[in-house]
Amino acid sequence: MNAPLLQVEALTAQFTSRGQISQVVKGIAFEIDSGQSVGFVGESGCGKSVTARAVMRLAPESSSVQVGGSIRFDGTDLLTLQESAMREIRGRRIAMVFQDPMTSLNPVMTIGAQVDDMIGKHMALSRKNTRQRTVELLDLVGIRDPARRANDYPHQFSGGMRQRVLIAMAVSCEPDLLIADEPTTALDVTVQAQILRLLQRLRRELGMALMLITHDFGVIAGMVERVYVMYDGEIVESGGVDELFANPQHSYTRALLDAVPRIESAGRKS
Amino acid sequence: MTASEPLLRVRDLSVVFPARRGNPPVHAVDQVSFDIDQGQTLGLVGESGSGKTTTGRAILQLQPVAGGTVTLLGQDLSSMSRSEMRQMRRHIQFVQQNPYSSLHPRMTIGRALAEPLRVHHSVPAAKIDARVAELLDLVGMEKSVIQRYPHEFSGGQRQRIVIARALAVNPDFVVCDEPVSALDVRIQAQIVTLLDTLQDRLGLSYLFIAHDLAVVRRIAHRVAVMFGGQIVELGNADQVYDTPEHPYTRTLMDAVPIPNPAHQRERLARIPEVPQFRGREGMAGACLFGDDHAETGTATWHQLSDGHGVSCRFWPPDASPTHAMVKAPQRSAPSSSDGS
Repeated sequence: MNAPLLQVEALTAQFTSRGQISQVVKGIAFEIDSGQSVGFVGESGCGKSVTARAVMRLAPESSSVQVGGSIRFDGTDLLTLQESAMREIRGRRIAMVFQDPMTSLNPVMTIGAQVDDMIGKHMALSRKNTRQRTVELLDLVGIRDPARRANDYPHQFSGGMRQRVLIAMAVSCEPDLLIADEPTTALDVTVQAQILRLLQRLRRELGMALMLITHDFGVIAGMVERVYVMYDGEIVESGGVDELFANPQHSYTRALLDAVPRIESAGRKS
Repeated sequence: MTASEPLLRVRDLSVVFPARRGNPPVHAVDQVSFDIDQGQTLGLVGESGSGKTTTGRAILQLQPVAGGTVTLLGQDLSSMSRSEMRQMRRHIQFVQQNPYSSLHPRMTIGRALAEPLRVHHSVPAAKIDARVAELLDLVGMEKSVIQRYPHEFSGGQRQRIVIARALAVNPDFVVCDEPVSALDVRIQAQIVTLLDTLQDRLGLSYLFIAHDLAVVRRIAHRVAVMFGGQIVELGNADQVYDTPEHPYTRTLMDAVPIPNPAHQRERLARIPEVPQFRGREGMAGACLFGDDHAETGTATWHQLSDGHGVSCRFWPPDASPTHAMVKAPQRSAPSSSDGS
């Protein structure tokens, strides 16, 4: 039996601010197999984003965060790795897409130059080949007329198109694991559906594992094989997606699922 | 106001943002018409940039209006002077999305709730404290919170306080602009239930503006779908959700993720990965319902059945309506009073 791609054990994360310690991840364990899609769902403050950032070894901005436990990725413990070795993994083997496509791009650089930069960090290609790869990537994520659009600036792209660019950058090195932290939360519902479809296709075509973090049970339902429900820094329930939705065991999961408004059921009154 | 007249009547409301930096003027709201009856909720849904928030602001007269009328309680708000409008604000209140910025950080909850009572002289000074306590009770909060400041409360509690403040002057009509979209799902459900209860108890009418179609289904009696500044479909909630007719409404409904894995995987698989919506078309020639609006001067609104209508704008070239058409009365405007 193959070892999982990502194996997390006893993961803790705590913030210290003004002498006060707050434990935001309280000793959680989970696994992601190669090519598997796994979802983390929970309310704001449950620790799901901090968990994702811990795997990338990205401390949330402006905080003194301490991470403990073990995160084994393809046999290597990421938490004890030198930063230089971590840089080889981050972006190349584990990549991440964030929520806000509006602030993640540099407004004074063209889209193409930013994708070129990303490729340049991880691959030794000539300038011409780099741009060729950039255009391929933009095409891969469904941007029409990619060679021309590469010369546009971020403000000339809609929110959905910017998220496509960020996804193109994330998959530029064909990572083994893509972490997507609320990738569609800032987007309109029709655009959200298109981005989810894109992520599904890329996962299939590139054979990536996907770690999807969201507050939205509807998004989780269509996208992943396995679900972890987080509450207050702990995993309160996990299981196969069909089983967990059909038969939630934990009262918290049931409460959340009950609270989700449903478009397919009759409204209050007419 | 007679019994048959709606509480709020909006007719051909238009808002135009002037040309800037070489860009043409933007028709943010383009001839929007609807009615809201007393004690009813109209859900206004659409994506960002569709004009739904601007419509709400124009109704509140917080936004210069390029054309059309807004009639509340039989009085035309659009032609009122500033002082007359100030009098009317007692009847019409506003709840916004962000409960973090709608409360003054250095004003106690007690002062925040007393302020509208003083401004509108709606209760004698001696009775203000009692009214504040009553308002807090109405939204399910302890009256001990009056000494405290907004930062001491969670998003959901703040939204309760904002709602209490809106209700302070006994309004007839509240515009709720994305009132729950900043909140976690369990808190959302609580606030929606609170709005429901308050409506039943106080006979309030709401314009409920939201991008989340599932939340709107939960609260609205009638639903208007906006796209490109226009209402493309309007009907009773069940009509619009169960038998959507406009292709844009269907696209929107199909895109909403639902918490049922087998069902949701199948829905997602049907969504085209690349956007495919086209802009507005000209008025020349017959529309897809067979009317030549340029020639006859009729409205582009088509009544499908009692209370349910669609616009013939923004249909893809190959689309055709599936619904049995009821011939619309000439120049009819969408109305909420028929059929509800």
